[in-house]
Amino acid sequence: MRVLVVEDDKEAAGWLVKGLKEEGHVVDHAANGPDGLAMAMEKVHDVIIMDRMLPGMDGLAVISELRKDGINTPVLILSALGEVDDKVMGLRAGGDDYLAKPYAFNELLARVETLGRRKSAEPHKTRLQVGDLEIDLLARTARRAGEDILLQPREFKLLEYLMRNAGSVVTRTMLLENVWNYHFDPQTNVIDVHISRLRAKIDKEFDEPLLHTVRGAGYTIRAGQP
Amino acid sequence: MPVNLKLLTSSTFRLGAVYLTVFAISVAAILGYIYWNTAILLEQQIEDTLEAEVQGLAEQYRQRGPSGLLDIVNLRSRQSEGGVYILTNSIGRRVAGNLPALPAEAVGERGVIDFQYPYETATGTVQHTARAFFIQLDGGLRLVVGRDVEERRRFNDIIRTSLLWALGLTLVLGIGGGLLTSRNFLRRIDRINDASRTIMAGDLALRMPVSGSGDEIDRLSSSLNDMLDQINRLMAGMKEVSSNVAHDLRTPLTRLRARAEDALRSGKPEDHRAALEANIAEADSLLATFNALLSIARAEAGQAREGLHPTDLVPLAEDVAELYGPIAEDAGGQLDLAIPGSAIVRADRQLVAQALTNLIDNAIKYGRNAQTGAPVIRLSIEPQHGGGQAIVVSDTGPGIGEADRERVKDRFVRLDVSRSQPGSGLGLALVDSVMKLHGGKLLIEDATPGLTVKLVFPGTPS
Repeated sequence: MRVLVVEDDKEAAGWLVKGLKEEGHVVDHAANGPDGLAMAMEKVHDVIIMDRMLPGMDGLAVISELRKDGINTPVLILSALGEVDDKVMGLRAGGDDYLAKPYAFNELLARVETLGRRKSAEPHKTRLQVGDLEIDLLARTARRAGEDILLQPREFKLLEYLMRNAGSVVTRTMLLENVWNYHFDPQTNVIDVHISRLRAKIDKEFDEPLLHTVRGAGYTIRAGQP
Repeated sequence: MPVNLKLLTSSTFRLGAVYLTVFAISVAAILGYIYWNTAILLEQQIEDTLEAEVQGLAEQYRQRGPSGLLDIVNLRSRQSEGGVYILTNSIGRRVAGNLPALPAEAVGERGVIDFQYPYETATGTVQHTARAFFIQLDGGLRLVVGRDVEERRRFNDIIRTSLLWALGLTLVLGIGGGLLTSRNFLRRIDRINDASRTIMAGDLALRMPVSGSGDEIDRLSSSLNDMLDQINRLMAGMKEVSSNVAHDLRTPLTRLRARAEDALRSGKPEDHRAALEANIAEADSLLATFNALLSIARAEAGQAREGLHPTDLVPLAEDVAELYGPIAEDAGGQLDLAIPGSAIVRADRQLVAQALTNLIDNAIKYGRNAQTGAPVIRLSIEPQHGGGQAIVVSDTGPGIGEADRERVKDRFVRLDVSRSQPGSGLGLALVDSVMKLHGGKLLIEDATPGLTVKLVFPGTPS
């Protein structure tokens, strides 16, 4: 994946570029708004990581400018402002996801990869499949190896989100935001309990586990060993 | 500014001056009226009387001839008290009357004159003023009929003088009184000014002087004092919060630093790794504390008030119950839901959900039944008298002693039973500020056995 990092803080940008390169991505870096805009205009990136406060031009202004020119590269906004309102403003300006500083690198990586994949994924699929597990998005049904699996509505939503991002790591925060629409951190790790319930339904009776825990990051659903 | 000048520019004095001017004009008008009534009107009457008498005498002259007139004039000259008379012939010689000679002022056919004449007293002759009416009769006779007005003149002078004195006295008393009252008023205002300056300079315990009379200045001082008390309370709260924050952040920061130092001293790679991992977890928990503090501050500042929309509490409670139900079940307990069809209030979904998850989280952690050790939680929504709604979370745990029920709403307050559990002591403080933001209340009550926590929302104006 080719990632553009627009971040003015040298040290933060350095860690980010290094980390993403170590994960096998190609990374470009811009240290201010106008440079970032110019580089994004080349339309060669899969994902843009955009700091909100930038010298020369505000991050949100850069995104608005890009969207005006019809460039729809997914943008992850980074901000030291963590309030829900700021998040809403960022998404309204054309950002695709929002992460408050300080963030865990794993959280950022999971979100960047999800964004990059979303670009290539077919948006209007009605069926999703991972290994011998498949779900029907219209009928809201799940089957594994020909056997029907009975899921609660929320369990179905959880599985759907995991399968839309099959192969990518999704974090607990991403699940809370996208499956439950909660933009705060509950004090207990509530997600783990729901994942283990889902796992009991889709993996327990079968030889190959599909839903995996990624230590220190989150969960991923995939078929076959990596 | 010099004291006198300050007094003159004070609003009380200016008000007093305006009042005094109006008052002085009224007094002058009243006194003028009195003077006009007593002096001017009386003089007018005298003139009228004189004219009538002269007309009467002229009539006598026409009917009885010169000798008749002469007799009457001589008679009246003798009998009349204060009357002056003279009748002269054609060459100007006196033929009757009590005046020695025709006054020089009596020229022309007829008219009113004032003149001086010698007045005989016991000690000698003095000049008196008389007012007279004169008329020229047929045959060159001139008749002058007058009254001695010396007394009246003097009386008029006395009245005029006393009226002027009264006016002057009124002005002096008015100005003096005005100055005195405004100086008294100004002195009290100055005391309030001095007190506020001293308070601004740092003496926060000082209060405005209250005289005890209960007048408007006292009331002003009292409300200023109430305001100062309220500011003091808020500042004390702030001070407590910031010292709590400092304390509660210093502890994890100390751990963070000590762990890093310790790992550096050890030099073993596995120690480094363990310390770094522990420090990341510590930093995350610090961050969570910060976020909770920020959320509280934001809710308290009321900035999120525009985020309040008509919201149905029922699906909100269902979602949270669905999220936490499995946690309660895994702990061996249960989370029961008792909700109506709908319960609409003005609310911020995220904040209320966060508050509610805090309550359920607390109930699962601290609300475990003493016998079974399992959390049995009931989540319900109850309509309130007056149109509000309440989200009620009850458990069957040990509850909270009455003495602690208000205290647990404060920041960083953790009861002894909870110290062994992870947590920041900010959960209920956040719930409290969220409810205040919604114009509602956080109530902590006894469920005998257990604890009942109520989030009371005010009714929506239809």
